[in-house]
Amino acid sequence: MTVLMDSERMGRTLTRIAHEIVERNRGIDNIALVGVRTRGVPIARRLASILRAVTGHEVATGALDITLYRDDLMKTAVGPQPIVRRTEIPFSIDGRHIVLVDDVLYTGRTIRAALDALIDFGRPSTIQLVVLVDRGHRELPIKADYVGKNVPTSHRETIHVRLSEIDGQDEVLIEQVEGEQA
Amino acid sequence: MTESATRLRGKDLLGIADLTASEISLILDTAEAMKEVSSRPIKKVPALRGKTVINLFYEPSTRTRTSFEVAEKRLSADTLNIAIATSSVVKGETLIDTALNLEAMNPDIIVMRHASSGACHLLSRTCKAGIVNAGDGMHEHPTQGLLDAFTIRERKKRLHGLKIAIVGDLLHSRVFRSNVYLLTKMGAEVWACGPPTLMPAGIDRLGVHVTTRVEEAAEGADAIMMLRIQLERMQGGYFPSLREYFQVFGMTPERVALAKPDVIIMHPGPMNRGVEIASEVADGPASVILDQVANGVAVRMAVLYLLAGGGNDEAAA
Repeated sequence: MTVLMDSERMGRTLTRIAHEIVERNRGIDNIALVGVRTRGVPIARRLASILRAVTGHEVATGALDITLYRDDLMKTAVGPQPIVRRTEIPFSIDGRHIVLVDDVLYTGRTIRAALDALIDFGRPSTIQLVVLVDRGHRELPIKADYVGKNVPTSHRETIHVRLSEIDGQDEVLIEQVEGEQA
Repeated sequence: MTESATRLRGKDLLGIADLTASEISLILDTAEAMKEVSSRPIKKVPALRGKTVINLFYEPSTRTRTSFEVAEKRLSADTLNIAIATSSVVKGETLIDTALNLEAMNPDIIVMRHASSGACHLLSRTCKAGIVNAGDGMHEHPTQGLLDAFTIRERKKRLHGLKIAIVGDLLHSRVFRSNVYLLTKMGAEVWACGPPTLMPAGIDRLGVHVTTRVEEAAEGADAIMMLRIQLERMQGGYFPSLREYFQVFGMTPERVALAKPDVIIMHPGPMNRGVEIASEVADGPASVILDQVANGVAVRMAVLYLLAGGGNDEAAA
């Protein structure tokens, strides 16, 4: 396993993305962050706290579980089914600029599901996408607005994002997987 | 401790007796996420899109059938209701033949209520579709047990170590049996109370405390669950009169006062006010009876999702 991003680098990356969000939206009026479970949620919270430090204002933050919107639910003949967790969006998304946050952008199917899930909560003015790592291999026409790091990968590699809130440590790793890997 | 379950082992939910404690926890945890769906402006998720669910009710039921139907619709499944009065059962078709005919239409799940204990097990052996028991005779009503547990857990944050009193007709009640299996598996202390004539044989082997004094059952209880006196079954002379039943076993404010101050009062419905429960108690602040109905939808969504979303039946067969 090779380290792509250490704790210090991750911190700088998120600070840079927070500034890009402020720049692109000319402030943070009417912005809300929504993290995609599991690891998008702590990343969204960190962005919110950086935005608070930078602008002095609170940014509404929510968590989105996309399990019930996945397109591969019935296809996994083996392996455990994803466990459904709570979606917590304690604010109206109507007319807001929603910044969707996820850890890794790969096929784009998670984000497709997240867009469907989000739109069931209302009609946001815009939806923008933050990802910590973009590893390529898109299967759908989806593109991130803010990217922490672009990493060219093969299908035989896996990206592991570890966050201190969940895994006790901040780092992004890349692993070679032996044998067949879809 | 066993590992926490990430899916149900079988294709069916026939009874609580077949579930492990970790499977029960999985269903209750999944139901928490499902409950949030019902609070959204658009109360629908696409999880079971393209799945067909047949509701086959051989006994009249408003609450349970409606609850299943709402749960199915919120998960985007296609639902069919078969009311027996208008079906070919009245023309003499057997249960197995009805099931085989329905099976030929390739449903993913059949939800069935039937007056005979074990009818769902029979269906389960005949059908490839997943079977959900919505109440079979005097045997089990697993989704009721699950929604009761969900309601208790929601209020008390746990099940382990709670004192739970179940009062009423223990003999004919499938709700009683499902609750006893579930609550004892989850480590709760269950007190069963009712007239001796309405206790099933072998009740002492269920791992519950048995009493005929409702005061003893209510004392220090965290939850009191009243069971319906099934008036349609009361031809057997189980007790002298409904009025006397209320005097001896009915849940009155005085008896509720013996329980913990934060006790919750439950009833699976439909209630007989003034028979097993006083109106002041049913409508009082401790009553969670309508929460039970709301939670029923969430729990049934969880069960349907875990059974139909699994894709594990081929692997098991």
